[in-house]
Amino acid sequence: MQTNNTAIIEVENLVKRFGTFTANDNLTFKVYAGEIFGFLGANGAGKTTTIRILSGLSKPTEGIVKVVGFDAMKQSESIKKNIGYMSQRFSLYDDLTVIENIRLFGGIYGLSNKEIRNRSDELVKDLGIENLRKRLVGDIPLGWKQKLAFSIAIIHRPKLIFLDEPTGGVDPLTRRQFWELIYRVAKQGTTVFVTTHYMDEAEYCDRICVLADGQIKALGEPSNLKHEYQVTSIDELFYRIVKGEDRV
Amino acid sequence: MRSFTSFVIKEFHHIFRDRKTLIVLFGIPVVQILIFGYVITNNFKDIGIAVMDQSNDIHSKGIQSKVFSSGYFIYKGAIRSEKEIESKFQRGDIRAVLVFPSKFTSDIEGSGSSEIQIITDASDPNLANTVVNYLSGIVRQYQVQKLGNGLQKSMMVVETRMLFNESLKGAYMFVPGTMALILLLICALLTSISVAREKELGTMEVLLVSPLRPAQIILGKVMPYVGLGFINAIVILLMGTLVFQLPISGSLILLMAELLLYIVLSLSLGIFISTMAPNQQVAMFISLFALMLPAVLLSGFIYPIENMPLVLQWLSYIIPPRWFIIIVKDIMLKGNGLEYIWDETLILTGMTVIFIIASIRKFKIRLEG
Amino acid sequence: MNLALSCTALSKKFGEISALQNINIDVERGELFGVIGPDGGGKTTLFRILATLLIPDDGDAQVLGFDSIKDYLSIRKRIGYMPGRFSLYHDLTVKENLQFYSSVFKVDIEKNYGMIASVYDQLKPFANRRAGKLSGGMKQKLALSCALIHKPELLILDEPTTGVDAVSRIEFWNTLDSLKEDGMTILVSTPYMDEANRCDRIAMIQKGELLYVDSPKSLIDNYSEPLFAASSLDRFVLLNRLEQVPWIDLVYLCGQEVHFVLRDVKHDKLLEYFKKNEWGDVTISQIQPTVEDCFISLMKTR
Repeated sequence: MQTNNTAIIEVENLVKRFGTFTANDNLTFKVYAGEIFGFLGANGAGKTTTIRILSGLSKPTEGIVKVVGFDAMKQSESIKKNIGYMSQRFSLYDDLTVIENIRLFGGIYGLSNKEIRNRSDELVKDLGIENLRKRLVGDIPLGWKQKLAFSIAIIHRPKLIFLDEPTGGVDPLTRRQFWELIYRVAKQGTTVFVTTHYMDEAEYCDRICVLADGQIKALGEPSNLKHEYQVTSIDELFYRIVKGEDRV
Repeated sequence: MRSFTSFVIKEFHHIFRDRKTLIVLFGIPVVQILIFGYVITNNFKDIGIAVMDQSNDIHSKGIQSKVFSSGYFIYKGAIRSEKEIESKFQRGDIRAVLVFPSKFTSDIEGSGSSEIQIITDASDPNLANTVVNYLSGIVRQYQVQKLGNGLQKSMMVVETRMLFNESLKGAYMFVPGTMALILLLICALLTSISVAREKELGTMEVLLVSPLRPAQIILGKVMPYVGLGFINAIVILLMGTLVFQLPISGSLILLMAELLLYIVLSLSLGIFISTMAPNQQVAMFISLFALMLPAVLLSGFIYPIENMPLVLQWLSYIIPPRWFIIIVKDIMLKGNGLEYIWDETLILTGMTVIFIIASIRKFKIRLEG
Repeated sequence: MNLALSCTALSKKFGEISALQNINIDVERGELFGVIGPDGGGKTTLFRILATLLIPDDGDAQVLGFDSIKDYLSIRKRIGYMPGRFSLYHDLTVKENLQFYSSVFKVDIEKNYGMIASVYDQLKPFANRRAGKLSGGMKQKLALSCALIHKPELLILDEPTTGVDAVSRIEFWNTLDSLKEDGMTILVSTPYMDEANRCDRIAMIQKGELLYVDSPKSLIDNYSEPLFAASSLDRFVLLNRLEQVPWIDLVYLCGQEVHFVLRDVKHDKLLEYFKKNEWGDVTISQIQPTVEDCFISLMKTR
């Protein structure tokens, strides 16, 4: 889509070991600016480990990892400032109101009060939830919560956002609305790195990467991969690739 | 029965695999006893005592020689009149005065009883209390040795007067206090958390749907903690007696029975809390604020109940450790039998019954009413 | 006694919120019955009522011929229940979890092993691993083994595949198929529409209301709108453009395509419209709806 050739994530021969267990085995890939990059893999394939390294939460054992121009080995703090992160498991505080959550995360990312005010008005208007401003996040429907969490995760206008299974448990309609949000920010130039268990969502991505056994087994545009593997859906592709894996 | 045993085994797995909690559980009482014990024993030697002996006969002399050969007390001279007492205290030479009435020996041998008075400087209430307990212990020991544990148990009545802080009666005795707190912690806090954990994990749903009966689930949860609590109590007792030479003057069996009663009470409290708490945090919160804080503040463990405002004194009536501490003190230090502590025992029993009934009523066979 | 389950006018409220409203469902013995719908739609509440963990405010539920309130003990002996969160003890090993549940249900693992062999065999290499250290797919297999070990007549599975990867999901449904062949009645809920296809019949629940109960096939057969798929290089632009077209009702992303429902006009008219607006690279074709398309349409019309 809006991709150009500037790499925003550069991973070369990334290895991460926990004791004798190798979670990431020699990964090499690039993610380009403005791309929607789907990161797929079975449970326990090493996805979470990679995301933790890319978002500066964990250090690689070996290899070169550069995210938004910073070295994950030495400059993890600079990485954290320049990325957004949203996960299904933890996103917002249920016991704070919508607006309080926005202010909190705006503050965490070091926005000025004026910026927070402007952006929260904008955000609430964009999502069409003006009437929910003062409601506790715990009381609003899950679909809205996830859209709000996403908008808050990009409140500091990061160049890159990580979405870890953002649409788990949501109805088909809301999932699509969520993806429309993703498309919108990608259009504005933000790079999106997303994991999902919904294989139809994988087809929404510009490129996907399938991880199995801690190694990259497939990498490319969904349509090209389908052609290459002679399958009709990413679901089938995924099954073919992962089935051969010795999973734990 | 097989399903019940395996339930109990499972509970033991949970307990022993959570090493950190286990270390804390056995670490806290040991450290607490050592700290309190050290603070007290450190002060407790060569305590100055004056004697006002108005009879000067066999038993009054006998008791004195026992007191001053104990190693804890130093003889600081005789006192002839009551007027001298206060000035001696004020000079700070002495911590206590031992007063023998006239005709001490003949009264005991004649009418069968007499009174010894211990007057202490209660501006340091903890020390005063300890002095009284030690002195009474020595007198009692003397009585048993010289007169046999005969017909009348209380031939030598020890009367105490606390100067400068006469109202002080609540004892600061660390062994009963620590025991009361630790047992509450293990039995109430840990059981409530372990039940709440099952609710959080969703395993409670499956247990409820299984053929296990609620009573089996509750008993299975409780059993391991009875054992744990008992072991902990015994560790505390052993440390108290072996390291700090605290006496267990009364019946050991009675002490153990009261211990068991208190453990069962704490467990029923724990189960009761868990019926109200949807998750571990809430369980912890209720246990800490509704149990531990009052237990520390209102049980008489640290602050004497008699010095509290009246409202707090009333409140202390519903704090189980308050009664338990009295019971333990009575048995261990005064050597009293059940006849002296039956009312406290009855109160604890009553509380246990109330909480067990309330828990059974509240324990749901379903997820909500 | 042919019905495994029968709900009549079930309703349940939590405070002000209505979790279930007037639900009527019958499930026959031996059926693989799916309940689909979004999170918070009422699936879990329904399953908890059927597992005798909740009492409905109104209506009546018969499970295996027993009343869900009065005869709850008879029901509990005969069902296998797997709640939404895999109900495992994380500090116990795989083997200990299984042993514990088998003894709770007073059955012998050896004797009933045939029941779980196909699932548990894959877990055997990890028998001494703590359950907390298993991946999602493995936890799910273990939880299923634990729910099956006492040979229940009815299996109630609440979102067993949420958070589980696509391959484990397929394997899981293969297992359900073979259990069904052995005659077990299975009630399963899922947020994945593709899984609904594998059920004999499905019920769709949203906001506590039953939208639909029937087989996936007749759900699709009953879809009366003309459904089209459009594709173009830039899906997002395509989506936004299609939303502006007057005869189009329902537009949504679906994989690499955009699906839409065309009303009142033939599709050549639409092609003309595309040409007029110079949307050169758009291709369209009429397609057969999937369960997901049906669900979206049902949700929209509500």
